[in-house]
Amino acid sequence: MLQKYELIRKEAEEKLAPVKESGKPLIIVGAATCGRATGALDVLQAIKEKLKDISIDANIKQVGCIGMCYAEVLVDIVKPGKPRICYGNMTPEKVGELLHDYLLEDNPRPDLALGIVGEGQLEGIPNLNDSPVFKSQQRVILKNCGHIDPENIDEYIAVDGYKGLALCLERKPEDIIREVTSAGLRGRGGAGFPTGRKWEACFKAKSDQKYVVCNADEGDPGAFMDRSVLEGDPHALLEGMAIAGYATGSSKGYIYVRAEYPLAIARLKTAIEQAKEKNLLGDNILGSGFSFDLEIFQGAGAFVCGESTALVMSIEGNRGMPKPLPRPRTTEAGLWGKPTLLNNVKTFAVAPQVIHKGAKWFASTGSENCKGTAVFALTGKIKRSGLVEVPMGIELKKIIFEVGGGILGDKKFKAVQTGGPSGGCLPESKLNLPVDFDSLVKAGSIMGSGGMVVMDETTCMVDVARYFLNFTVDESCGQCAPCRLGTQQMLAILNDICERKGREGDIELLEELGASIIEGSICGLGNTAPNPVLSTIKYFREEYEAHIRDKSCPALVCKSLIEYRINPEKCQGCGRCRRSCPAEAISGNRKEPHVIDPSRCTKCGICLETCPERFSAVECVTGKDRSNIKGGQ
Amino acid sequence: MQEKIDKVLSAFNGDRSELIPMLQAMQKELGYLSEEGMQAIAKHIGMAESQVYGVATFYAQFYFAPRGKHEIKVCSGTACHVKGGARILETLESQLKIKCGETTADRNFSLEKVACVGSCALAPVVMIDDNVHGRLESKKVKGVLDKYASEV
Repeated sequence: MLQKYELIRKEAEEKLAPVKESGKPLIIVGAATCGRATGALDVLQAIKEKLKDISIDANIKQVGCIGMCYAEVLVDIVKPGKPRICYGNMTPEKVGELLHDYLLEDNPRPDLALGIVGEGQLEGIPNLNDSPVFKSQQRVILKNCGHIDPENIDEYIAVDGYKGLALCLERKPEDIIREVTSAGLRGRGGAGFPTGRKWEACFKAKSDQKYVVCNADEGDPGAFMDRSVLEGDPHALLEGMAIAGYATGSSKGYIYVRAEYPLAIARLKTAIEQAKEKNLLGDNILGSGFSFDLEIFQGAGAFVCGESTALVMSIEGNRGMPKPLPRPRTTEAGLWGKPTLLNNVKTFAVAPQVIHKGAKWFASTGSENCKGTAVFALTGKIKRSGLVEVPMGIELKKIIFEVGGGILGDKKFKAVQTGGPSGGCLPESKLNLPVDFDSLVKAGSIMGSGGMVVMDETTCMVDVARYFLNFTVDESCGQCAPCRLGTQQMLAILNDICERKGREGDIELLEELGASIIEGSICGLGNTAPNPVLSTIKYFREEYEAHIRDKSCPALVCKSLIEYRINPEKCQGCGRCRRSCPAEAISGNRKEPHVIDPSRCTKCGICLETCPERFSAVECVTGKDRSNIKGGQ
Repeated sequence: MQEKIDKVLSAFNGDRSELIPMLQAMQKELGYLSEEGMQAIAKHIGMAESQVYGVATFYAQFYFAPRGKHEIKVCSGTACHVKGGARILETLESQLKIKCGETTADRNFSLEKVACVGSCALAPVVMIDDNVHGRLESKKVKGVLDKYASEV
């Protein structure tokens, strides 16, 4: 099998060689969803036109996301014999200028460059590996994202792709499971269940048919790690699933991916076809006698389908509701009652490396009980938002202030939310926390699949809790009462608190309800739904109290508790706010102080935004600073 | 309509497990799930109409009334929420003169809120058809809409 693999690999390298040795410059465009959203395809078009314009022949390739979403659109240029330079914030105009300067006049434009990717040096341009963004990062799961063309299997094969599978086929399934177990790999979906143990359970289950299912139903709001892997390195997932199939004795796999990811679905389809063509998927893989087929199943939009039994119900064509308790483990009776192995995208995607680099290599990174790396989608009020991969056990503040560059607009850090609707908000006092599966649970949150949303002083924690509860109320499948009714009650209380109707005792009631919902719900959605509320009460109780007792929202977010007004001493009567007010609530003559009519004001805040900074006449106030009129609702 | 329905069904064997892919294909072809479409699926698989409806209504992706030519999905993910996604939605509502969940009278645009489109680093974002528009501001909304409105 290895021999056959080596042949395929040689073929791939030969196919890629002409491009490498062409002596032409290589232009790499980050064209994952995030790149496209900022205009990567327009930039790509501009590159093609400019090259024609300056009569230079170059190779162009599209890659997935390298993680620096804050600087999209990213364009990298590799001139023969020169290092790969990454340029950020590209627009069609800027890229034209750059191509002209660098390709024609050999000026690498250090002013536009973010840095050098990989080896090499060039005067005036730093190496990205030494930059704060990448210094603490370690790319394992994301190693190929942003580097290889996800639509070209040869590029994946050329970087050891499918080598792990070929090696596995020479070994016994028990061996592979032992390797995964001793690597200490834990499921990257959120709960961190030991992967080896799960694989073993499925391997030991006796059945004529078993299934391998990948959970790519990344439903947490604020998370896009799995999407980036699917879009940037789809073959890693396919290879990992094939390995899992071989190890557990399964011949059929499903990838359950959300329909909201059209590009990921398209790239997976292409990848599956390419792998089949090369006999790396399908019948009798590399002549080993092992067959493995993969199918894509598009989710239809239900967060609860991230729960394993609900996901299984959904593939079977049912309402995606978790199976009632007591229920067998999916490794015993999953899809169509057959033993089913279900793992997250990243768990599968890292498996090939665990095999071909070895358990020891994998376990050399990370903390004592959590080996390897963690991928986070770092977003919110942060300077450098994007996709980061760090060793397990890294301090929280390193991720936020070093990799992420700190808070946007140099405002004050307030909290960081991890784990989406199942997680919690951690305050400043937890910034020294070493981040792994276990430490986050201890602190009242969870790692989850990897969303990390940073919040600053202008974020209201009660509003955030309400936001998540709104989400879980919408997404509760409605099967068990604690989740269906309990979350609604919690939301009603939170709505009251945000709308000036909070009462003494509400906080205690929320705590009591939360505890019951956690205890009484039948699945992970309900078991964790109160977390965002309970963690914000734990760490930001005074903010709840301010809402209830002083009818004040210190972050100036909750509309019923705030009021906009114009300071007559500062207002110069320029009329900008009056003209931009969508509710026509502002009146005043030119060059005379303007006034906001509180009965018409919708509190959209546009007046505050449009008031020129040199006047700063519009103010937003809350609590006892509000005037005595009957504001709010 | 019948012709379209038959075309969709011809691609499936009628297995129970094909129900959701079948509903998705039907919606793609018709633009929404019409009563006739769902009845035909029920017949094709051999299950009760109520069951087909029950499955379809469970998932947020399915619509039971005609949609606009362009579907606007305002992301309400966490990152978009803390970065002012709600205000983008309000601006869209006032520009299109419809509420979230509705379709414009000329059937050009439908407006809805979705959980998260996974482009959080570009928050706030709006997805129109299959395109993601990132780093939006209220004042940019009109320009984006005009681009689609002129596309006939």
